[in-house]
Amino acid sequence: MEKVALLIEFKAGRVKKANFGMATLVRRSGKAMCAFVVNDSAAEAQAALEPYGVQQVVAIRSGGPGAAWDPARWARAIAAAMDRFGITQLVGLTTPQGRDLLPRIAAQLDAPLIMDCLEVDLDRQMVKTSRYSGKTVATIRLSGRHFIYGLRGNAVEAQKAPVAAERLSFDDTPGGDGGFEVLETRSDGGEALNLAEADVIISGGRGMKSGENFRLLFDCARLINGAAVGASRVAVDLGWVPYRMQVGQTGVKVNPKVYIACGISGSVQHFAGMKSSGMIIALNTDPNAAILAHCDYYAVADLFDVLPELKRQLTASMSSAE
Amino acid sequence: MSLFKIYVCVKHVPDSAATITVLGSDRIDANVTFLINPYDEHALTEAARIRQQHAPAEVVAVCLGPSAAENTLRSAMAMGADRSILVVTPQDHDSIFTARALKSAIAQDGEPGIILTGKEAIDTEGMQTLFRLAANFGLPAATNVVKLQLQDAAALVECEKESGAVDVIRMGLPCVVGAGKGLNTPRYPTFPEIVKSRKKEVKKIDVAALGIARPASRVEIIELKPAVENRAPRALTGSAAEIARQIAAILKEEARVI
Ligand SMILES: Cc1cc2nc3c(=O)[nH]c(=O)nc-3n(C[C@H](O)[C@H](O)[C@H](O)COP(=O)(O)OP(=O)(O)OC[C@H]3O[C@@H](n4cnc5c(N)ncnc54)[C@H](O)[C@@H]3O)c2cc1C
Repeated sequence: MEKVALLIEFKAGRVKKANFGMATLVRRSGKAMCAFVVNDSAAEAQAALEPYGVQQVVAIRSGGPGAAWDPARWARAIAAAMDRFGITQLVGLTTPQGRDLLPRIAAQLDAPLIMDCLEVDLDRQMVKTSRYSGKTVATIRLSGRHFIYGLRGNAVEAQKAPVAAERLSFDDTPGGDGGFEVLETRSDGGEALNLAEADVIISGGRGMKSGENFRLLFDCARLINGAAVGASRVAVDLGWVPYRMQVGQTGVKVNPKVYIACGISGSVQHFAGMKSSGMIIALNTDPNAAILAHCDYYAVADLFDVLPELKRQLTASMSSAE
Repeated sequence: MSLFKIYVCVKHVPDSAATITVLGSDRIDANVTFLINPYDEHALTEAARIRQQHAPAEVVAVCLGPSAAENTLRSAMAMGADRSILVVTPQDHDSIFTARALKSAIAQDGEPGIILTGKEAIDTEGMQTLFRLAANFGLPAATNVVKLQLQDAAALVECEKESGAVDVIRMGLPCVVGAGKGLNTPRYPTFPEIVKSRKKEVKKIDVAALGIARPASRVEIIELKPAVENRAPRALTGSAAEIARQIAAILKEEARVI
């Protein structure tokens, strides 16, 4: 039976939640599933992925014990593992790591690749994805000998279907480094949750008036499980928050269940990054702001009045839940 | 000393603010403003900086696109490219074909010292042409580069990942660099630079003259549809406290996220 490989992504030793939606997508196709785990714990992957119907976990060891992240080498190892296990379709996530790995694998195999897929049909090698800043939806057919897909985070809701999985391993063969060497990976200890994978995003724009005021957004986000804080480009360009928080055409493309826009006018470029959100709630003082015509709920109100109240409400609902 | 050639691949893309109309079922009305892809502006700005440090050097902008893409190349030259090459094609191409055409056009022109391009194009958002181009040349590549430093025979780059982490990577030269937004602040041209760019060379090559066989691997748009919006905005009214209460209730009961 044809097997589809999932490229599993970890964060701090744990399988990221976004992998479960990806497993659900493949399971629904009725094809057998094999999870590729590179240099991370296959035992953890097995425990995390069995509930979602993954029947096989392949521990790919690249670069020997303790080897650090190396996208060029990992990509070669993954392509070799595809060959070894007879995999013609590979699904990964459109995260920063996926953006670094999937195109390398596709380039090496000269295989078609579509990133940021909203839907994937593994029987017909067809996908749906947005094009032209989210203004159109394209149905695209891939042709070739291998097919690679990058799924948009949260595109598929995870659904459990427990099975028992077997564990296999695969060691890559050392080769030249191809003139590519990762010297180090540095982290500034930024926020733990990646925007693209958040269930709820509270974003601020020019209306926030300062970087310090973003604290109002962080205060609310902390009270919601799986929530992260985003920003418009203006808030980034003014130096209030780092670029990695920018949502939009030239920032992160997000797909949360709920997007709360505070003091954001709703430019097309901002919408390009968040229009596929499940629900959009807007807070804006201007009754003519574009965002009010393209959301699910809005309040023509001052965010500085509403956000402290929202924090109070969230705190209350948290303590009542306990 | 031989000339250090810096190639910058640029794409001619619809203005992100343009209204996109779908024609037939698989293409857009191209009668809108087209601009240079924003990430490519970072690549060009960086190329102009490298040229200073690496003299004698020249910056060559390369584009696969319709004849109208000459405008985009003129902007690239106003931003610093010394000359440009336009591979003229009447149709849109996927990244597999595009990377073959760019490789062929660059190889025909000279030996690259380094190749820069944007990390992705804002129209098709493929995120992969730079890797395919690198593979076609057999060169190393890095994407979302926010810092670039040239050493003797290597490029030291920093690539932004998630949550503020960066990879520090050394690549042997030549290599392919995918510019991210953090790389620099694009330097927009002055009026004299715009005037000067009109006199610079745009060499046009017909795509057919490159003799690229139709790749066995490809992606094709089967259907393109305007994104439908089915939101019916509802107003939340009352005092700030009442609005906050309604939002909390929506998060809890309708969205079920708290
Ligand atoms: C090539 C290109 C790429 C771009 N990419 C992006 C991108 O990725 N992401 C992005 O966001 N933008 C992007 N932009 C910029 C975009 O065009 C807009 O300029 C930007 O999104 C506007 O940000 P804003 O909504 O915060 O600011 P504004 O448009 O200035 O809106 C501020 C809003 O805050 C409201 N407000 C003010 N005070 C309050 C208050 N006290 N309470 C409530 N509301 C208040 C105002 O009524 C107003 O609606 C891009 C532009 C270009 C040309």
